[in-house]
Amino acid sequence: MTSDHAVDIDRHVRVYISVFVALMVLTVITVAISRLHLSVPLAVTVALVVAIVKGSLVACYFMHLISEKKLIYAVLAVTAAFFVVLLALPVVTHSNGYWIPE
Amino acid sequence: MEIPYTVEARRDTGLNNGKIGIWLFLASEVMLFGALFASYILIRTGSSSWPRGDTILSVPLATFNTLVLISSSVTMVMAWASLMRRKLGTFRMYIGGTVLLGLVFLIVKYFEYSDKFHHGHFPSTDNFYAIYFTLTGLHMLHVAGGMAVNAYFWGPGAKQYYTNPEWFTNRVENSGLFWHFVDLVWIFLFPTLYLL
Repeated sequence: MTSDHAVDIDRHVRVYISVFVALMVLTVITVAISRLHLSVPLAVTVALVVAIVKGSLVACYFMHLISEKKLIYAVLAVTAAFFVVLLALPVVTHSNGYWIPE
Repeated sequence: MEIPYTVEARRDTGLNNGKIGIWLFLASEVMLFGALFASYILIRTGSSSWPRGDTILSVPLATFNTLVLISSSVTMVMAWASLMRRKLGTFRMYIGGTVLLGLVFLIVKYFEYSDKFHHGHFPSTDNFYAIYFTLTGLHMLHVAGGMAVNAYFWGPGAKQYYTNPEWFTNRVENSGLFWHFVDLVWIFLFPTLYLL
């Protein structure tokens, strides 16, 4: 193992520790915010934003997405598009009137 | 015959086959959990009333489990870093820690499930419990699967390190990608089911 390689891994490890601390803090923040008993739309928005930040940290640094090859980004872009369509289905169902409240 | 591109990157993609394979698999996993999250949204928005998760589920236990799973992601990535440094002993310590933290997660879930069953709450009880048990049950299966693979790398699978350390490191990296994905899913499950 070259010294450059060793320095590179050391730098990675320092980043992992920083991300670990950030994830711990954000988890506590998630729980603390839920105790505020915000309105449902606001609570969903805040919880989703915090979860997206946490998820991005895991994906970017632990899964090394921040320095990944273009093909992986392409695969994930297609996945993300289909994922959004999937989550939009309930909204479309409602707006088309298929769902009738009791 | 030796399988090509297990260690060296393909010229056209810049990636070895294992890396492409695991990301394609994770893409399918996104759709699997995505379908269930879409079902959750549909069921919840279509319901005349929906309980807040923290009124019927244990937030302290789930918070503890979140911290456990995040810690296991760190030990997983440290296991990979140890292999990059060619330190098998340190790798074994971290990958063993990852398996143990996964076990702690499952034990906590066992107590959570036992409590629910003890009080007569089953998937058939109502829509909330149906989606709760489906999502967390599927997630638990993923944790168990990841633990099995990591336990193999801790034990008999580590023999490959002596003959082909680069290949072994790649395998651990791919296993790690799966494990981090499982952590990522829980990061979204936790507020969705327990806090909102």
